[in-house]
Order: sequence, then structure tokens, then C-alpha cells
Amino acid sequence: MVENRPWGNLLAHLILIVGVALVIFPVYVAVIASTQGPGEFLRGTLPLLPGGHALENYSAMWQAGLSRVGAPPVGQMLWNSFVMAMAITLGKLSISLLSAFAIVYFRFPFRLVFFWLIFITLMLPVEVRIIPTFQVVADLNMLNSFAGLSIPLIASATATFLFRQFFMTIPEELMEAARVDGAGPLRFFKDILLPLSVTNIAALFVILFIYGWNQYLWPLLITTDPNYYTIVMGIQRMTTAADSDPQWHLIMATVVMAALPPVLVILFMQRLFVKGLTETEK
Amino acid sequence: MASIQLTGLKKTYAGNVEAVKGIDLEIADGEFVVLVGPSGCGKSTLLRMVAGLETITDGTLKIDDRVVNDLEPAERDIAMVFQNYALYPHMTVFGNLAYGLKNRGVKREEIERRVHDAAAMLEIEPFLERKPRKLSGGQRQRVAMGRALVREPSAFLFDEPLSNLDAKLRVQMRVEIKQLQRRLKTTSLYVTHDQLEALTLGDRLVVLNGGSIEQVGTPMEVYEKPASMFVATFIGSPAMNMLPVAYLRERGANGLLDHLAADTDVIGIRPDDLRIEAPDEDHLVVTGTVELFEAAGAESHLYVSLEGSDQPTVIRTSARPPVAEGETMRFHVLPSALHPFNQASGKRTQQGVS
Ligand SMILES: Nc1ncnc2c1ncn2[C@@H]1O[C@H](COP(=O)(O)OP(=O)(O)OP(=O)(O)O)[C@@H](O)[C@H]1O
Ligand SMILES: [Mg+2]
Repeated sequence: MVENRPWGNLLAHLILIVGVALVIFPVYVAVIASTQGPGEFLRGTLPLLPGGHALENYSAMWQAGLSRVGAPPVGQMLWNSFVMAMAITLGKLSISLLSAFAIVYFRFPFRLVFFWLIFITLMLPVEVRIIPTFQVVADLNMLNSFAGLSIPLIASATATFLFRQFFMTIPEELMEAARVDGAGPLRFFKDILLPLSVTNIAALFVILFIYGWNQYLWPLLITTDPNYYTIVMGIQRMTTAADSDPQWHLIMATVVMAALPPVLVILFMQRLFVKGLTETEK
Repeated sequence: MASIQLTGLKKTYAGNVEAVKGIDLEIADGEFVVLVGPSGCGKSTLLRMVAGLETITDGTLKIDDRVVNDLEPAERDIAMVFQNYALYPHMTVFGNLAYGLKNRGVKREEIERRVHDAAAMLEIEPFLERKPRKLSGGQRQRVAMGRALVREPSAFLFDEPLSNLDAKLRVQMRVEIKQLQRRLKTTSLYVTHDQLEALTLGDRLVVLNGGSIEQVGTPMEVYEKPASMFVATFIGSPAMNMLPVAYLRERGANGLLDHLAADTDVIGIRPDDLRIEAPDEDHLVVTGTVELFEAAGAESHLYVSLEGSDQPTVIRTSARPPVAEGETMRFHVLPSALHPFNQASGKRTQQGVS
């Protein structure tokens, strides 16, 4: 690693460049495609240089959507996705923080039972329990609602585990010192545990937000009202439009817009990460 | 400020582990009491029961004549200094000191005043805006003390607060703690396994062994008149030498041992009471070969194998005694320096010897 071998370096860089190109290329194609006019795709060759229709494609999708296939304006779908992703993220974070707090810091009857119950939910992601969950959500009249979109996805324990692990690394004396300092359990949670968990919360926020944003199967199943379409399933709707060719230039414009919010979340949270990494204590 | 009363205090952990087996102790208002004992003897458990961090299995604990058995730590009006300091890592030093006051609803200006007073007293004012991570071990120690100080509690509890410091800093902080306690006159209970700390700090010493009290007394009482063989060997460094009475009688010391109680069968002799020069008074003489000579600065230790005994014996002398390794020589002991014990009970057999 430390020694300087020109050929080794070159090779390493080549491999990296190829790898990056492989990842970037589809993104590039999507961006390029979103700037083309309606006719470009029918010629059978993929254009690799930007076209001149960017503004018109993006504004059309943002404002009007593809009404012909029943897709609402992108702006609205982005908002729906955002609400769902945020609800899932915040819901999961608060539930998992509180349940990890309970499991680590309180001795209550059947503590182990609860622990295992939570553990078992790890084995039951939405896709596995999708039929019964649909039934429950339908019976509760939550089809076509934000509650129906987010609540079934909130119930899972991944984050609880991560926080439990993290809380167990916090020295017990900290809790005792807080007790002597007159902090009750909730105050200890708010004043000590939460600030110490900032880095973990930021990391999980990113992961959970993207998880929520990318949900596909579940929204597809329970939303029939276009007002609740999320962006990811909206894209799918557009590509499967009956008796016409998919309008790729418009779809790609949607794809690019759909990819932006997660990128923004990562960019924003990265600052918190770095702050957390440089400021927290071992 | 307050007195603390422990009556029959017991702690039994799950699995029938008796960590503390019925402690009776009264700590007067303003007194500095040191709990000392070997690792695992229940010092921390006892202290934590007083703090309220550990439930009390049996017995009563009174602070200022108020039974506090079931009160939360915060309601007992005590402050504790932890061995690893337990500073809040995400708060500044100021935040650390202020936290306990804030939780008690003390007014802003009052908090400012108290924190600055405590910081001045402990000379940590320049660090008030720093996070604990950016402090040295000694400075963290001071912050931990400060956090206890600002609360102006009725009692301080210390659990080996100096054991994470290097030797030099430990001595310095020891002196400062002593001075601070003298000045504030706050009742203090201090746990340590370092007998030097125990001897120098406390008004009174409580020697614990296996969850029970072996002896309570001023440091000098405990040192000069250990109540049991355990205390005798635990307090004092190097440890007290133990020789069978029969061995001394064989050496022709009969006349000098007559005043001992009949059940005495072991004699303890402090390493500095085995002298190289013969005193003028009547005394005992033992002969031994110097196996090892250990120079330790201001003093030296001789490891001696006594003639006719397989008990390794340590002798402490002035810095440069006129001896060489392998030399066989005579050691002199005054009768007043003998500590008589009974092997079976482990207790001191007779009062008023030293
Ligand atoms: N939570 C617990 N459950 C069971 N046994 C415990 C628990 N905590 C302590 N003990 C036992 O109680 C005894 C006393 O422990 P304690 O921590 O008070 O010792 P100590 O005198 O403070 O020792 P040290 O000098 O090493 O700190 C030990 O034998 C220990 O194993
Ligand atoms: Mg301890």
C-alpha cells in the first residue's frame, strides 16, 4: 500500500475508473435521455449527447404529469414519496430509540420475551407478510392513505437492534451520574442518550429514508387513487402505459427528479456525520 | 452537611452473593471516612448503597436522621465522584457542572456563580468551554470533583477517584482533596484500595474484608493496633511479618513474651521494627540471612530468611544500611513492637501492648 509502484497504481486506477464508469453510465444515459425530444427514441439508437428539450420535458412532468397513463404531476408524486419516506424514517427512528432505551435501561417482566418478539420481526419484512398486512390495512380503511403507506413499513426492528447495541456501549456510570444529578429516565434519554446517538441517528436516517423512498411493491398494492401515487411506482405506471410506446424522454426526466431527494438527504446528513465523527467522545 | 448512619446494612445479589454482610457504621457530620479493603470486599457496593444506586437488601440507612432506604439518589442530597469520572462527553465542562443544578431548577445566575466558584477552587476555569475529551486525565478528575462540588451536597461519595491517575498526580490530588474537604467540612465517604490514600486522607478508616468490617479507627489506631491479622497485613507496606510465638520462644525470648495473653500464637512485627542496631532496652534477637537487598530511594527493603523458619521476612531500614546480600546478621525487636494475634480467630489477643 505504502510503496509507490507506478504500474500497480495505474492498474488500480484503471479498475476504479472502469467501476465508476459502469455505475455512472446509466445515470448519464438517463440524464441525456431526459433532454431529448419525443422522436429521438423511435430511431432505435441511444443518443449520447444532450438534446435541447430539457426545460420543456422537466416542466411538463413537474406540472402536468402523464395524464394519459393516469400519472399525476411529478411534483405531487415527489411530495407523496417524501411524506411516506419521512413518516417511515421518523416513525422507525422514534420507535426504535424508545424501545432500545426500554430494553437496555429498564428491568421489567418479560423483558426477554419482548426482546425476542422484536427480534423476530426482523425476519418478517413487508414482502413476506404482504397478504395479511394488506388485509389488515384494508380492514382498517387505510388503503389510499399516508397511514396505510407508512405504518406497516414502520413495524420492524432493524434500528432497534442498532440502538440497543450502541446503548450498551455507553458506560453505565453515565446513567448513574445523571441519576445522582437528578435526571429522571426521560431527562436522561433526552439530555444524554439522544445527543450521544446523533451520529447513529444520522446514519440510520439516511438508510431508512432511502428504504422508504424506494418502496415499490407496497405502494403499488395499496394505492389506486393517483393522489397517493409515489414517485417510484409512478414511474412504473408510466412505462406500462397500454397501447402506446413509453415516452422515454419524459420518463427519464421523472427518473432524474426521483433520484434527487435521496441525494440531497445524503448530502445534508453527511455534514452531520462528519460533525458527529469529529465531536463525539469515545 | 449531614451525619450518615448505617445499621445492619446488607446487600445480597441475585444468586445469593452476599456482597455486604451487615454493616454498622456512624459517620459524624463533617467527618472524612475512608473505606478500604481488598478487591471484591464490597466497598463499591456499600458506597453505592449509600448513594442510592444499589438497592438495600436489609438494614437501614439514615442521612441526617432521615431514613433514605427507598429514596432516589437525587433525593438523598449526596454527590458522587466516579472512578472513570463519568463526565457527559457531549457537554462542555460548564455544562457538566451545571447539569445537576439545572435539573434542580436552580436559577441561571446562581448556576453561573456556583460553577465559577467551583471552577476557581479547582483551577479549571480556563477549560469551562471545552469538552471533556479535550482535557487531560487530571483535568477530567477535577471536573468530576467540580460536578460534585457545585451541588453543595450534604455528603460527598468517592469511589476510587484517583485510581486512573499517574502516581505523581495521584499524590497531588490526594492532598487537594484533603484540603478541600477540610475547607468545606462536608461529610465524605471515600473508597479506595490504596492503603496510602486510606492512611493519609481519612479522619477515620473502615477496613472491610469479605463484606464485613474488620476494624474502624483513626488511621494511626489502625496502623499501630491492628485488630486482626487481616488488618495487620493489609495496612502498611511492606506488609507486617507474622512469626509463630513458638519460634520466638525457641530463640530464647521467653521472658519477653510472658506478658502476652495465653491464647497468643502468632506475633506480628512491622518491617521497620526489626532493627539492625541493638537498642539499650531488653529486646528479642533473631538471626537471618539477607537474600535480597532492595534499594527504594529513601528507604531500603531487606528480604531475609530467618534461621529455623521458612517464613520470608521483610525488613525496612534507612536508605543505605551496612549490609550485603548473603550476609547473616542479627535483628533486634523491642517487646513493645510486637503485635500478638491468635491464629484460629485471626484476632488480636491483648489490648495495650504497643
Ligand atoms: N451486580 C452484581 N451481581 C452479583 N454480584 C456482584 C454484583 N456487583 C458486585 N458483585 C459482587 O459483590 C462483591 C463486592 O463487589 P464490589 O464491587 O463492591 O467490590 P469492591 O470492594 O468495590 O472491589 P474493587 O476494589 O475491585 O472495586 C464482589 O464479590 C462482586 O463479585
Ligand atoms: Mg469497586
